[in-house]
Amino acid sequence: MATVTFDNATRQYPGNPVPSVDKLNIEIEDGEFLVFVGPSGCGKSTSLRMLAGLEEVNAGRILIGDRDVTNLSPKDRDVAMVFQNYALYPHMTVADNMGFALKIAGVDKGEIRKRVEEAAKILDLSPYLDRKPKALSGGQRQRVAMGRAIVRSPQVFLMDEPLSNLDAKLRVQTRTQIASLQRRLGVTTVYVTHDQVEAMTMGDRVAVLKDGILMQCDSPRRMYDHPQNVFVAGFIGSPAMNLMEASVTDGGVNLGGHTVPVERDALKSAGKNVTLGVRPEDLELSDDGSGIPVTVDVVEELGADAYIYGSTEQKLLASTGETGGPVPFIARVDGRRPPEKGTVIHLKPKSGHVHVFNADSGERIGD
Amino acid sequence: MTTATSDAAPRQKLRDDDPEANLRLNPVKVAIGILGMVVIAWALGNMFLAFGYYPEKFGSKLVIGVLAVIGGVGGAAALFYFLNMFVEGLPRRLSEGFIPYAFVLPGLALVTLMLIYPTFQTVNYSFANSDSTAYIGFANYRTIFADNAFWTSIGNNVLWLLIVPAIVVALGVVVAVLADKLSATGEKVAKSLIFLPMAISFVGASAIWGLIYAYNNPGQSQTGLLNAIVVGLGGQPQTWLAISTAKLNSILLMVILIWLQVGFGMVLLSSAIKGVPEDTIEAARIDGASELQIFWKVIVPQIRGTVITVFVTVFILVLKVFDIVYVTTNGSYGSDVIANLFFNKLFAASEAGQATAIVVVLLVAVIPLIWFQIKHFKDEEAG
Repeated sequence: MATVTFDNATRQYPGNPVPSVDKLNIEIEDGEFLVFVGPSGCGKSTSLRMLAGLEEVNAGRILIGDRDVTNLSPKDRDVAMVFQNYALYPHMTVADNMGFALKIAGVDKGEIRKRVEEAAKILDLSPYLDRKPKALSGGQRQRVAMGRAIVRSPQVFLMDEPLSNLDAKLRVQTRTQIASLQRRLGVTTVYVTHDQVEAMTMGDRVAVLKDGILMQCDSPRRMYDHPQNVFVAGFIGSPAMNLMEASVTDGGVNLGGHTVPVERDALKSAGKNVTLGVRPEDLELSDDGSGIPVTVDVVEELGADAYIYGSTEQKLLASTGETGGPVPFIARVDGRRPPEKGTVIHLKPKSGHVHVFNADSGERIGD
Repeated sequence: MTTATSDAAPRQKLRDDDPEANLRLNPVKVAIGILGMVVIAWALGNMFLAFGYYPEKFGSKLVIGVLAVIGGVGGAAALFYFLNMFVEGLPRRLSEGFIPYAFVLPGLALVTLMLIYPTFQTVNYSFANSDSTAYIGFANYRTIFADNAFWTSIGNNVLWLLIVPAIVVALGVVVAVLADKLSATGEKVAKSLIFLPMAISFVGASAIWGLIYAYNNPGQSQTGLLNAIVVGLGGQPQTWLAISTAKLNSILLMVILIWLQVGFGMVLLSSAIKGVPEDTIEAARIDGASELQIFWKVIVPQIRGTVITVFVTVFILVLKVFDIVYVTTNGSYGSDVIANLFFNKLFAASEAGQATAIVVVLLVAVIPLIWFQIKHFKDEEAG
């Protein structure tokens, strides 16, 4: 068990003008479950592979514990990895797959068998130990891949989208199992996924990457409540946060004639316009006709709640007189009394739940 | 299930027109079918006889070639057309069971004629005298088993079998692995160069290597590349192919076959190695395996099937090795092999009985191997 430190770690592929991972700085605590998340091509898998030693580090350092592993080969790093396609050795039985690393390390046969059987018990694989991987279902293969990692008791677990080949139901189940297993074993874990729900539910902390740059690394709660920039705001949360341009007025931000109160100090650094973000659940219907007028296109009824997918034609940039096109708008309303399709409703952000971002840099303004 | 239902629909349609049309014998169809087959067979037979007996009537050989291709392919198609008509004319219950056999039969007949019949005839002749006119029991076998030349040939064949397939596989793997590490263009060039000898005939290759091993008297300039090198380094020229010490000449001949076959092994093994999932190799790397361990414990087991295929294919080729020995030494200096011995017995010594006895021994020796190969293929299919 150990901490993991990315210290300005950079990976630039030959022939590629921009780095795939650019000066990544993260400190992962001992026993922590950290999730890398981001759209495809954001460098999350590359970061993990740099930690595994499968990818060269062009600049910066990577440390496991106090050990600088930047230039060590994978076998000297004491990490175990679960691959997206499981990467089981097709010619070996489940037991041999799980015990391969120990066999290579020269561990005594009886000891290997003992540890494999223990891991198999944890993962419900005991009846399958003598089977070949191709005689297993997708979920069982996934567990064998997990078992292969567990048996080694490494310092760090690395998981590269281990659930993406499972069906939806199994994915949710396994998600919980992996998270609880990790808590029980207490092994530092770095997990890569493109699924933000997975990231939010599993991680102690979540690191959002975009174009090789770390956007934010925080606890799921903090990430959700305090997105550091427009990208994180739009990426985390489902349905996504409503983001729109708005002009700064006296005492707040003007949104379609409705002034959203924002602290004056916070707005000092902003220009004339800002990007405003409101989560669908932070909107409420207004009775008096004030607020943002939204034409309802689709109503998704989920029982307790209903989501309204609509658009607003409002003049968003009042200061310049520019008219924005129709802006998509999502709001959560009470599921028992949803508005009709085609009607125009007025929505007001709940106070204190508005996120303001610099229109140019996309950085968060204020708290 | 699905095929059954989809089949049922058109049948239903036929019955709508005439419920019993295809249940009964259709004498017209059967008659036309038989007549057509007979006419086609007669016409084709006459055509090919004419090619043989009156080639001058056709003007040039090119015309014969074109006619033979058209007649052969078209005739086969027409034959199957009438065969099909004949079978369809039979009562339904009969024709359904008969169709597969009807279509396999002509091919099977040809295989029997060209392969099975000669095999039995060869076994038969091995018990006959030198011009196959009278049976002499096991005398031929007694003669060849008492003959030193036969045992030398057997010994050489065993040596060829032990060395050539193994080295072809080993070099094939080495080349495939190394080529894999080159740039895309480099890999293409390297593989093409190594594959190139595959296009050279055995006789051509033997002639080329004959020049490499060529000998000129000391003091003369050396034609042979090998001797040129030896002399260049200050040594004496050697008659390489006459040196039977430690079977050197046989081994030098094996080099020719290896040179010819490594390309074949490389192509198959290279595609197999490229088929090994990259992530299993990465997993092994993380599991702590060294590159050598990865090769032996992760890559080789995953390409085992291809290794066996290449090995067995080359093995069978080596059993038949003839041209190389015939062109270079013709079996002298203790470098003879069974196929060459057979050839010389049959055509130089006119000993048909002994010659056939030699190949029968070879045939018996090959049977277990073929059995193994078939079993392996079946396992591969099943696995």
